[in-house]
Amino acid sequence: MSRRPYLRTVERNWWLSRRRYVVYMIREVTCLFIALYSALLTDGLVRLAEGQAAWDSYLTAISSPPGVLFQLVCLVFATIHSVTWFGVTPKAMPLMIKGEPVPPQTIIRAHYALWAAASLVVLIAAGV
Amino acid sequence: MAKSSKPILWLPFAGGGLVSALITPALILVTGLLVPLGLLHLPYDKIAGFAHNPIGKLILFGVVALPAWHAAHRMRTTAHDLGLGAGIPVKLVCYGSAWLMIVISIVALLSV
Amino acid sequence: MSENITLEVLRYNPETDQEPYFQTYTVPYHDDWVVLDALNHVKDHIDATLTYRWSCHMAVCGSCGMMINGEPKLGCHAFLRDYKGGAVKIEPLDHFPIERDLVIVQDEFMEKLSSVKPYIISDHEKPVSEGEYLQTPGQLKLFKQYTQCINCLLCYAACPQTMLNESFVGPAALALAHRYNLDSRDCGKDQRAEVVASNEGIWECTFVGACSEVCPKNVDPAAAIQQTKISASVDWFKALLLPGGKK
Repeated sequence: MSRRPYLRTVERNWWLSRRRYVVYMIREVTCLFIALYSALLTDGLVRLAEGQAAWDSYLTAISSPPGVLFQLVCLVFATIHSVTWFGVTPKAMPLMIKGEPVPPQTIIRAHYALWAAASLVVLIAAGV
Repeated sequence: MAKSSKPILWLPFAGGGLVSALITPALILVTGLLVPLGLLHLPYDKIAGFAHNPIGKLILFGVVALPAWHAAHRMRTTAHDLGLGAGIPVKLVCYGSAWLMIVISIVALLSV
Repeated sequence: MSENITLEVLRYNPETDQEPYFQTYTVPYHDDWVVLDALNHVKDHIDATLTYRWSCHMAVCGSCGMMINGEPKLGCHAFLRDYKGGAVKIEPLDHFPIERDLVIVQDEFMEKLSSVKPYIISDHEKPVSEGEYLQTPGQLKLFKQYTQCINCLLCYAACPQTMLNESFVGPAALALAHRYNLDSRDCGKDQRAEVVASNEGIWECTFVGACSEVCPKNVDPAAAIQQTKISASVDWFKALLLPGGKK
């Protein structure tokens, strides 16, 4: 009997075919907005180096309606990144304390606590 | 098959992932909401003063560069997932954009 | 009251068909039947040419993996009662070439599996006179879940990276490598790294996590791979910064 295996074609829109892949793609696409916000921050560093006037116009620009809208979109995706990142951390870094595995939920909650603390530090440093 | 040198790309990616997860939302809250609403002011003297300090420079650099690298590596793999290829052009655009931000940040921070 | 349920099964005969096509069968519905029972009914009473792998009928042998309504599942692990109210679409596992009907070609997987050296590698062979290799329950606990793999290949069917890159070593093989790397009796991590830490190994994975979602034995290959990424990266930097160290 002769073998003639049939190879099915790879669909380009595979990630649209099932909910779990759409969720995965949303998670991955958050990186685009992290990159764009990093570009915004990089611009800030440049303006900082250029002096008071440049810095003040930077603050004006990021406070403009399109500036705010863009950053709010970034905020949504940055939050999705944070939540999904904490969610998978227990898989990547399982912890054993005294020979017993630490429950994943504990690791995740610890990260949320860290997130709250880090956010507080940022806000305080910024002058809240 | 041979041991890959991917760890060079991956460890900063992982570090940037954690930094951006912990820091970026709060940062965007500051620059995208609190400053525009006038609830926070980032006066030039205060921020530039922070950037004069070498530790301050390091912190500012880390907060910009690590997330940028994380994003770059992830954009590269996502481009491959979306069928946009995995060749030199994709790598150039993705890592190139991160390197641009890294270099510009270093130059800017050293000039403050 | 005898109900029926409709199956739409992908057929492919390499000797006569140019392409696969769907064939519809109507089988009696039983509340306690699994998809495998429905297929066995087809083969026994309707169409003896239907070809598929199966054996234990209890989710331990890993033979009856197939796509059921687009989800990778074991035929013996999918109850007809969960598919009532519509046709049940049955196809061979995604991302593998089709040998015939629901039988996929798993030759490459077998090669990938053996390429990760899935056996204890000792740095010195202990003679019998020295006694057994001792292992505490705690040491066993570290790797026990990764021993549960039944090679059913559902993870490969779920993983987009196996679709996008044929040479990706894949979830099951990498989880098995992790099982041995974590075993206290084993010293073979560096030897496995040639394959495991290659571009076609762990670095092809983008942590979609679908593999762990579909695994019927809760092996969690996604976790195995991410943990290996961390340990491989640490080893890589150690080798870079401390060359000539102990292998």
